[in-house]
Amino acid sequence: MRKPLAITAAALMVLVLGLALVAPLIWQDRAAAVDSAAILQGPSSAHPVGTDLLGRDILARVLVATRLSVGLALLATGIGVAAGLLLGTAPTLLGRRAGRWITAVINIAVAFPTLLLALFFAVVFGVGAKGAVLAIGFATAPGFARLTQTMAATVANRDFIAAARVSGVGRVRILLRHVLPNIAEPLVVSATAAAGSAVLAFASLSFLGLGVQAPSYDWGRLLGEGLAQIYIHPAGALAAGVAVVLAAMAFNLTGEAVARAIGLRSDTGGPPPADPAPATEVPVTERSAENLLEFANLRVSFPAAGGEVTPVRGVSLTLRTGEAVGIVGESGSGKSLTALAIARLIEPPGRVQADRLDFLGADLRESTGSPEGRGQDAAREHRKLLGTSLAMVFQDPMTSLNPTHKVGRQLAEVAREHQKADRRTAWRRAVDRLAAVRIPDAGRRARQLPHEFSGGMRQRAMIGMGIMASPRLIIADEPTTALDVTVQRQVLELLAKVRAAEQAGLLFISHDVTVVSQVCDRVLVMYAGRIVEDLPTGSLLADARHPYTRALVAAVPDMTTDRNRPLAVIPGRPPDPHALPTGCAYAPRCPLATDRCRHEDPPLTAYAEGRRVACWHADLTPAGQAQTAHLGGEAP
Amino acid sequence: MTVAAAGLAALKGPADNAWVRFGLRRAGRLVVSVWVLVTAAFLMIHVLPGDPVRTALGPTAPISLVEQRREAMGLNDPLWLQYVHYLGHLVTGDLGVSMSSGLPVNEVISARLGSTVEMALLAFAVAVIVSVPLGTLMTVLARHGRRRGSDWALTSAGVVVATIPEFLMAVGLVFVFSVQLGWLPVAGRAGFDSYILPVLSLAIGPAFMLARIVRVELLTVLQADYIRTARAKRLRPAAIYLRHALPNALTATLTIGGLLLGGLVAGTVLIENIFAWPGLGSTIVQSILAKDYPTVQGVVLVYGIGVLLINLVVDVALAVLDPRSAIRDS
Repeated sequence: MRKPLAITAAALMVLVLGLALVAPLIWQDRAAAVDSAAILQGPSSAHPVGTDLLGRDILARVLVATRLSVGLALLATGIGVAAGLLLGTAPTLLGRRAGRWITAVINIAVAFPTLLLALFFAVVFGVGAKGAVLAIGFATAPGFARLTQTMAATVANRDFIAAARVSGVGRVRILLRHVLPNIAEPLVVSATAAAGSAVLAFASLSFLGLGVQAPSYDWGRLLGEGLAQIYIHPAGALAAGVAVVLAAMAFNLTGEAVARAIGLRSDTGGPPPADPAPATEVPVTERSAENLLEFANLRVSFPAAGGEVTPVRGVSLTLRTGEAVGIVGESGSGKSLTALAIARLIEPPGRVQADRLDFLGADLRESTGSPEGRGQDAAREHRKLLGTSLAMVFQDPMTSLNPTHKVGRQLAEVAREHQKADRRTAWRRAVDRLAAVRIPDAGRRARQLPHEFSGGMRQRAMIGMGIMASPRLIIADEPTTALDVTVQRQVLELLAKVRAAEQAGLLFISHDVTVVSQVCDRVLVMYAGRIVEDLPTGSLLADARHPYTRALVAAVPDMTTDRNRPLAVIPGRPPDPHALPTGCAYAPRCPLATDRCRHEDPPLTAYAEGRRVACWHADLTPAGQAQTAHLGGEAP
Repeated sequence: MTVAAAGLAALKGPADNAWVRFGLRRAGRLVVSVWVLVTAAFLMIHVLPGDPVRTALGPTAPISLVEQRREAMGLNDPLWLQYVHYLGHLVTGDLGVSMSSGLPVNEVISARLGSTVEMALLAFAVAVIVSVPLGTLMTVLARHGRRRGSDWALTSAGVVVATIPEFLMAVGLVFVFSVQLGWLPVAGRAGFDSYILPVLSLAIGPAFMLARIVRVELLTVLQADYIRTARAKRLRPAAIYLRHALPNALTATLTIGGLLLGGLVAGTVLIENIFAWPGLGSTIVQSILAKDYPTVQGVVLVYGIGVLLINLVVDVALAVLDPRSAIRDS
């Protein structure tokens, strides 16, 4: 949609500025020609929009008035921008004390609408074109000053300005060389928009009789004259009105187009995405009552420029009742998306496909738009099932609670929604649950807003929200990453305690191998949207088979790490999901990679009870691998 | 209002002390703003080029009359003394005497204030009542990239309508509903009919502007982590939109809504002149043209205080809706 906007803006701008330059030269005489035989005529071939009280051609007058209307508006904008820049940069120039006064005055002036300020200044500067230019200029200044000041303040806090100041560069020089160039683009954009507003403001003042005075005329005056005749002859008023709107829009659209071109605003719009292809059908095996969660070939994809990206590419997992499974991987490996997809929290345009997605014996795919969908009925059933049996704990407790609702209310809501509890019962349950997650003085705390809670308390409240009903599965997505180390421990202990009390399963997502091995029975290692290894936690440190898993483990320093050597890191970066390599996605970073790895993607294959790995070199013994791998120097 | 809120908060205990501080800070700002406004209104006449009395009475008036009027208005006193007198009169509610009608300015204002306030409030109510559901509907319908085409059309139409200033909107509406259709009166203030066009002219632009803001804010809020939490709780979509998203979107909407309401108050000046509405807006324009400075001064003061009061109400409403904004230094 960017091109049409820019083209429309440019065309209108050329039209308006062109008319301002040319129109008086061409139509001046025609606009001034009095014709007593043709007073107040309607539209005709001689006078396309009719004539006014003196028989003058209205269209010619509207066209000729372009120069005065636009010219005066631009003049006023110039004054406003100059005054605004002076006022806005004054705090930077004059130092703190004087700056504070100027800021205070600007803040008060900004509170008043431009038109009121313009009226005020119109009294001061007198009625007439000159007075109106000054009035609109001065009325524009405070808003522009505020913008300049806010942006200059942001820039002034940056390091390079501080560096310039420390090295003794003068204030004026800092302003001209460093501050203004950095804020010039947004200022130009808002100056353009200000010109649009000035066109309207000028028309208003002239319309009220406070601007351009007869015998001169601008659009505002023509509009006023036209309005008096609107019963007999509406075209006059409408023509001037259309001219004002078009000119204002020319400036506003130009501002918008410039803003988009220099990246100040995001471009919305574009062609709608193609309909998602139906998921491929695969025969479903028997459902097992023992399995809490079972999914196969889970894929998550998003529309992207030039097609689709698939950050999760076929993940399969079975989680038994009461089991705790961890998913580890670097950021971008798809582990959080996997969790969200299982919880049915991926929103369109994101798309989730799976050959199987069973939770507590219910096929969660039925409530989606997939071919096996049962529609509304399934959606209702699943809503209740997921609302009561699945608990989510998210990464950032600071943002995961609604800032405007009391914490207790946010918990009580679950019971109100799914258990149809009355207000009081729900609230009691909420307080009880807050106490259960060891929030001290839960009754009082429940009445507080999230910002009155510490980070650790908020995360505990989130866990409390999950146990309002009795969850069978808790999905915790990096629940401790945003917390202090001491608080992390408390939250982990609480999760373990809650899990034991509720006999719930746990799917624990983390980038931290150590934390996962503390909490989980089994670990899945994800890389580039795939599971590359599935193994019991006990084997993680000593018996991991995938070179990536080993590298992850090696990257964690422990008590025996030789601190005189640099910390082990995994060289390179995870692949871009837009451009995955053909073979094994880890091959470019893998010390063991051979030609086969670079051409053939290894499948995830079971090689022992409860252990799977996706690597062509997984049969190497740990010792042999450690010798070959340089990155795993400190591997235990 | 603030004082009452602050007092109430003080009773609740030291934890709510932020409310007292908010009340004091906000009241302090109001006092300073009113003082600046009053001083500006006072200086307005004194920085005029030439003699305001001479300008008002015209070049043909005899010198003796001008002198007599200057003396009566206290214009021959030193500036600081005039300022003190001005403040003193203001405190007693005396705004001086109109130069053109000879009536006390406060009588002129009180006779006309009501109809202006009425129009502004009605227009604001219409704008809010239309914009919030409209913005919400636009968001819900167009979410997840659905209905791209109609969303784009609606947004563009909204932009165009919001660009049309209220006085042009008025001219257009008069043309359609009064001239062409003959349904509604073209001007005046008599009966329900006569309110429709002025109020609509004022409200339509801000309504679309607000709807756009509601939409943008709502889309931002819907990206928030706490909305994901609400979805993880499997609340009904209506509960997610209305209970969790909308209140958070409205705080930002209200800030800009307050600015719009201020602009709407200014817009009454034009609308009153188009519809021959007997309010402050037509008074101020007539007074400026007639160079009746005491009246202009008085009306400017009333408009200014109106705007300051609106800002105060918006700030207090914001603090109630989102208590964090009271604590943050705004």
